[in-house]
Amino acid sequence: MTTIVDAYAPVSAASSVAAPAEPPDKARRPMQDYLLSVEGLTVSFDGFKVVDDLSLAVEPNELRAVIGPNGAGKTTLLDLISGRTRATSGSIMFKGREIRGLREHEIVRAGIGRKFQTPSIYESLTVFENLEMSYPGGRSVFGSLAFRRTPEVIARVEEAADTIFLADLLNRPADGLSHGQKQWLEIGMLLIQNPDLLMLDEPVAGMTPSERDSTAELLNRLSATHALIVIEHDMEFVKNIAHRVTVLHQGKWLAEGSMDFVQNDPKVIEVYLGH
Amino acid sequence: MIGAALEKLFGGKRYAFGVAVLAVLIFLVFPATFDSFRLNLIGKYLTYAFAALGLVLCWGQGGILSLGQGVFFGLGGYCMAMFLKLEASDPVSTAIQSTPGIPDFMDWNQITQLPTFWRPFHSLTFSLFAVIAVPCLLALIIGTAMFKRRVGGVYFAIITQAIAAILGILIIGRQGWTGGVNGITDLKTLHGWDIRTDHARYVLYFVNAVLLFAAIGLCRWILSTKMGRLLLAMRDKEERVRFSGYDVANVKVFVFVMAAGLAAVGGAMFTLQVGFMSPSFVGIVPSIEMVVFAAVGGRESLVGAVYGSLLVNWSKTYFSEKFPQLWLVLMGALFIGVVKVFPKGLAGLYESHGRAWLASARERLGRLLSPSRPLPPAGAVTVVPAVSTERHEP
Repeated sequence: MTTIVDAYAPVSAASSVAAPAEPPDKARRPMQDYLLSVEGLTVSFDGFKVVDDLSLAVEPNELRAVIGPNGAGKTTLLDLISGRTRATSGSIMFKGREIRGLREHEIVRAGIGRKFQTPSIYESLTVFENLEMSYPGGRSVFGSLAFRRTPEVIARVEEAADTIFLADLLNRPADGLSHGQKQWLEIGMLLIQNPDLLMLDEPVAGMTPSERDSTAELLNRLSATHALIVIEHDMEFVKNIAHRVTVLHQGKWLAEGSMDFVQNDPKVIEVYLGH
Repeated sequence: MIGAALEKLFGGKRYAFGVAVLAVLIFLVFPATFDSFRLNLIGKYLTYAFAALGLVLCWGQGGILSLGQGVFFGLGGYCMAMFLKLEASDPVSTAIQSTPGIPDFMDWNQITQLPTFWRPFHSLTFSLFAVIAVPCLLALIIGTAMFKRRVGGVYFAIITQAIAAILGILIIGRQGWTGGVNGITDLKTLHGWDIRTDHARYVLYFVNAVLLFAAIGLCRWILSTKMGRLLLAMRDKEERVRFSGYDVANVKVFVFVMAAGLAAVGGAMFTLQVGFMSPSFVGIVPSIEMVVFAAVGGRESLVGAVYGSLLVNWSKTYFSEKFPQLWLVLMGALFIGVVKVFPKGLAGLYESHGRAWLASARERLGRLLSPSRPLPPAGAVTVVPAVSTERHEP
């Protein structure tokens, strides 16, 4: 335990002033200082524990990568946090509030945005309309009937489009975008929601190398103002973006720390290379 | 400003053109061409168009297939028929019954007192309210029960179909309350106004047509708001909508209730124009037919839904008159054609072929008229004057 915390101590030092004085254990700061803290999270499907007693804490403005072999429970973890799957036990505190048991849209409104593994956008709508759909306004039935495209909405959409490199394609139908552009569009849709925490499931899957570089730069930029949890298989990419890496294996927490640290952890090497 | 209003109501010039053509057809061409019997038939076809419009919203745009729209069409029709029946059953004209003053079928079923739920239907105001409220309330209950539990897709379609079957059986089973398999027949007057005369049929045809265009306007308005885009988004990626902070179930309930309300108006107009209501307009077969109307017209197109209802019903009448042995086969062929050859229905055919043909025809015409002058810019469609000025007095 101690070595792991030591390993990421320099990272915390960069982002938190009080870090060097902290005692080297998990309880070094009160739980409410974390943006998201997951405690003892467990979910079992027909007795099989897909996520098993998992604990994890994310600070504001932290970019956390979650890696692990297939079936490690990475996507399930995001499903649990975003309310898509109900946890069997454990707790999920977000901004000091228990969100386990809330419904998906309530969790989104609390400030968690989630991107799916395959780009999930509305093909029948234009890029502008896709982004506008995520604008936090007119979300109720009658609200949507009365919703007006105010200059503020337009400005927000254009700002987001600019961030995700799609400013010139606003009036294009979304189904004409390239795979990478669709991935960006979905990230943009999250940004408009103004979330505190972004959860991205394989954001660079299917992207060209140059698109990957742009995405890495984008995520680094976003981490200045948001907390992010990124699931990714591409280790080079993770190295470029992650402040801290959590390794899962068979639904369990295996290791946590900087990329260099976890790459040299014998347990991690074992699960990745051992078979 | 007028352009913006037009855009909102009719979805721009292109759409306004389609609506205008339909208006000319319904308000001018049909009344001028057909006798009162045929016009009454067309009026009947157009009542189905309300249900088809509802399906365009709910199924075409929102992706929720309901195979139970006959339930709402029928309930609207029954609410109207109950009022008309009570008015037709005054104590004087029912003096020969053992209990005068109640509907004849109740008397035949040894019922001696008007059931409590029939009583409010003495009032026209209540009945008109019930025409919309009863089907909408049922849709609200069904919708909430299904969509909050995330029942969707094919399961929802099957459940709505089961409800259509159940309501049909219920109506037939409670003969003393509902008139059973015969339905509520022998309707005479609406607030003292005889609905069986040729004149009344003309008036009702136009009332129906005006209501239909109001319904098209309402649907168009809904589709022009964010709700319209939300429906499309929901059809494409329901999960994404949920994870953008929307309570998807509420949106689905709303559009399902809207579709039910529209079908109910159609049902009430059906009762008024045809003069009776029976369980054969409630059950599975009429419900599926309504889906077919929307599919033939093009399930994403409001105007298409009206054309679909007209075409399918007209061919049903025509084939059954001319080829009594063949008509079912020919109807089947029409449906196979829709599924195999033009899945987007008539509206899709128009989009892919008709528009280009119209444009080239206009070009040829323009060249013919002024061979030396340059062509007018494309899209300069002459918009026919607004619907209201075309009200036609028979």
